[in-house]
This record gives sequence, C-alpha cells and structure tokens, in this order.
Amino acid sequence: MIEIFQYGFIVRGLEAGILIGLIAPLIGIFLVLRRYSLIADTLSHVSLAGVAVGLLLKINPLWTALGAAALSSVAIERLRTSKKIYGETALSIFLSGSLALAIVIIGLAHGFSVDLFSYLFGSIVTVKQTDVYIILGLGTLVALAIFLFYKELVYIAFDEEAATVSGLPVKVFNTLFVLLAAIMIAISIPIIGILLISALLVLPTITALQLKLSFKMTLFWAEIISVFSIITGIITSFYLNISSGGTIVLIMLFIFGAVLFAKGKIKNSYAK
Amino acid sequence: MSVNHQKNIIEIKDVSFSYGNVEVLKNITLDIHQGDYISLIGPNGSGKTTLLKIMLGLIKPRSGQVKLFGQTLRDFNDWSKLGYVPQKAINFDPLFPATVREVVAMGRFGKKGLLKWLNKNDQSFIDDALSNVEMTQYADRLIGNLSSGQQQRVFIARALAGEPEVIFLDEPTVGVDIKTQDEFYSLLTHLNKKLNITLILVSHDVDVVSNEVTEIACLNQTLVYHGDPKKFMKSDYVENFYGKHACSVSHHH
Repeated sequence: MIEIFQYGFIVRGLEAGILIGLIAPLIGIFLVLRRYSLIADTLSHVSLAGVAVGLLLKINPLWTALGAAALSSVAIERLRTSKKIYGETALSIFLSGSLALAIVIIGLAHGFSVDLFSYLFGSIVTVKQTDVYIILGLGTLVALAIFLFYKELVYIAFDEEAATVSGLPVKVFNTLFVLLAAIMIAISIPIIGILLISALLVLPTITALQLKLSFKMTLFWAEIISVFSIITGIITSFYLNISSGGTIVLIMLFIFGAVLFAKGKIKNSYAK
Repeated sequence: MSVNHQKNIIEIKDVSFSYGNVEVLKNITLDIHQGDYISLIGPNGSGKTTLLKIMLGLIKPRSGQVKLFGQTLRDFNDWSKLGYVPQKAINFDPLFPATVREVVAMGRFGKKGLLKWLNKNDQSFIDDALSNVEMTQYADRLIGNLSSGQQQRVFIARALAGEPEVIFLDEPTVGVDIKTQDEFYSLLTHLNKKLNITLILVSHDVDVVSNEVTEIACLNQTLVYHGDPKKFMKSDYVENFYGKHACSVSHHH
C-alpha cells in the first residue's frame, strides 16, 4: 500500500482528486435540487471543445476548457431565461454544437499526441503539478463563493419565487451559480473525464438524499461519499491499471445501489 | 404596533395585464389599508393570482402603477415588510432535504441581508414564528414528511420569521381537509387581530372566506366589487359569477 505513494503522479492525482471530491457536492446538491443536472452534462461537453482548442494551440487545456465552460454557462442561462426557446433545447444546441466543434478541431489537427481518451474518461497520469495548483486555486474560489452565499442559494433552490419576494437578486445568483458550476466542471476534467463529470456531481447527492436528512446533513454525507469514492477509485484504478474516472463513478453507483438496497431492507423489516 | 385602518399600504392604480392577446386584468384600482384582512376572489382565470404577483413585483403590469408603503414598485426596497405564502400544494418539492426549522429560517434571510449569518436574535424570531403556528414540536422533522396542513403552517411561520407587516397568501387551503382548513383560518384571524398583520388572501372559496375576512375584492378581469363580505354575499355578483354558469363555489356538503 505504501509503495504507491512513491509515484509522483499518484500523489498528484490524490491531491487533485480529494480537492475535486470536496467541492463537487457543494455544486452537485444545488444542481440536483434545482433540476439542473443536464446543465452539468452540457457544460462538460462544451469543455471538450475547450480542451480541443487548448491542445491545438498548445495551451494548458484546463484553461481553455474553463474559458469555454464559463462563457457558455452565462450564455445558456441567458438563453434559458429569455424564454425565446425551450430550456432543454438551449442545452442541446450547446451540447451537440460544442461536440461538433471539438470533433472538427481534432480532425483539423490530425489527432493529438496526447491521448484524447484520458480527457474523455479521466486519467490521473495526465495531471501535472500546475494542474493541482489550478484546481486548488479555483476550487477554493468555488467553495468560498458557496460558503458566502450558502443561505441565499438554499433559499432559491427551495423556493425561487419566495426568495425573489424577499428581495434577493435571484437572477444574479442563478448566473453566479452556473458560472461556479462551469468552473467546477472544467477543473474536474483531468480526474474524472468529460463524459463522467455529471455522475460525479449528481451521484453523491442523490445517494445522500435517500437518507432523508436535513439540508446540512445531506450535504455532509454527500461529501463523505464523494471523497471516499474518489480516494478508493484512484487507488483501485492504479492497481488494476484502469481509468480513474470510470472506477470512481462505478464505486459511487455501487454505494447508491447499496443504500437503496439497505433502505428497502429496513422498510421491509418495519412492515413485518 | 397601533393599527391605522385609514393608512394605505398598497395602492393599485389603473393596472392592466394581458398574457399575449388575452386580457387578464383591466384597469384595476384598489387600495389596501393597514390591518385589512382582504380576500381577492373571483372565478378561475379572473386574474386574482396575477394581481397578487403584480403587487409582489413578480410580474410587471402592462400599464398602471402599484405602490407599496407609499413607494412605487421600482423604488420599493423594504422587502422584509412583505411575507409571501405561495401556492405550495402544487409546486413544492416533497423530496427537498430541509427540516421545518431550516425552512422557517429562510424567512429570516431577506431581513438579514447578504454575507451575514443568523445569530441568536434571529433564532428567537424563528422560535416565535414556530410557536405562533404551533409547530415547535415538529422543528426537526423533514418538511416533506408533514401533512399538507402542517406544511402550510410552516410556510406561514416562514413568512412570520421575517417580521412582516403584510402577508400575501395564494390559495393557501388547496388540498387541505375541512377541519384543518378551519384551524388554518383561526390562525389567520389570530395573525390579523393579535399580531396586527395585514393579510391579503387569494381564494376561489367564496363561501368560506366571506365568513372570515373583513373585506372582499371580487375580480373578473375588472374589479367588480370591493367592500364588506356580508353585503357581497347578498348581492347579485355571487349568482352572476359562481351561480348558474360557473360552478366554482364549493358548498360544504
């Protein structure tokens, strides 16, 4: 067990992973409760176009992914609230449009020296030391924003109309929130991969929701599940030499299934 | 707080509103005074909920003006004077992970302002709000696990926690049984008489509210009646709007 810490990439992967694991539920719980899960999926596909641009221009793809996700998060929120088109259609325009753009850029560059696969499904081997610093910096920013506006975000998630009447600038908070989600998604790419990010954001929260607890305790358990899955996922993926993103998501799914199963058992034993 | 029943706290002047080409409200002029317990009634589609949302600034009227506490909606910023109990029976998420106490605390957020945490003083307002609606013993229960009558009380408590001068209620008794409904109305009377809170209640249940409220405003695109509920019940309006054609009056069977 100790010997894996001799590998620099494992240590970097765990550092980045634990940071991501801590921040993901802070965004995830609001995404789930506001029925915004599809936005996470869309923004992660937009990030792929960003990654492609970064690889083409030889800039750190984390930055270009961040830029692409942040810009489109604001655009999506505007399009959605303008009510000129249906909310979901706004999302699918961005989702398929950015995928198309990514494919074209990748084609123009005649493939990349870096394995695109690792951006799609996550691979801790590609995590560089600068990535860890970027994740630490931006992750702290996201966590701080959620902490500072926690009570407003909870109120808006529960009852947007009453929050508006109480004088909160709901539109500003909605835009701020999708922007934070975009940052979270961009920095999760190296660990979890573009195609699996929404699972990372959604699964710990919906598992914790099954426990029927207060908001704070739901968030607490989502944190535990998230960080636990990431640590065990990264270590398992190292020993089995498989994708870290896939392993993490499967562990999260397993916990979700186990909680559902245990809940069913408890219900049955009460019924008897 | 002494109540001045002459003092206008809400002034609606010539307000009109339409959804697309459908005119919902036409030239509504209505004053609501401090201490009033007024019900906005009218058949389905008469624009009563729309008018409530216009007063709250949730939707903008096509023309006309609304003043809250002497200020136009655009200049008004003392939102903590208003409490709002939305029509929860329809759009409330029963799976939302929040305890009764967490929900009631939300009512305090607007008053508190950004970047400030609730302190002991705020907690005592939350305690008072819970005890006013007799929900103290349910404080740690999940909101989704309560009966709809209890949930409605929690939403009243949420409004109370912000120390409002006026509370707006949108069809609060939808989906609530008769006994719970009676208890609910005695709670509202308590708020109005004892706590001197002005109440504005949207309802389709003419029979019930006319026995409870002190004023009725009957809408049907225009304001067709405003005044004493007893006189209203004896008038032809009831027959016209609810009688033969539109059967939206619910008689107690």
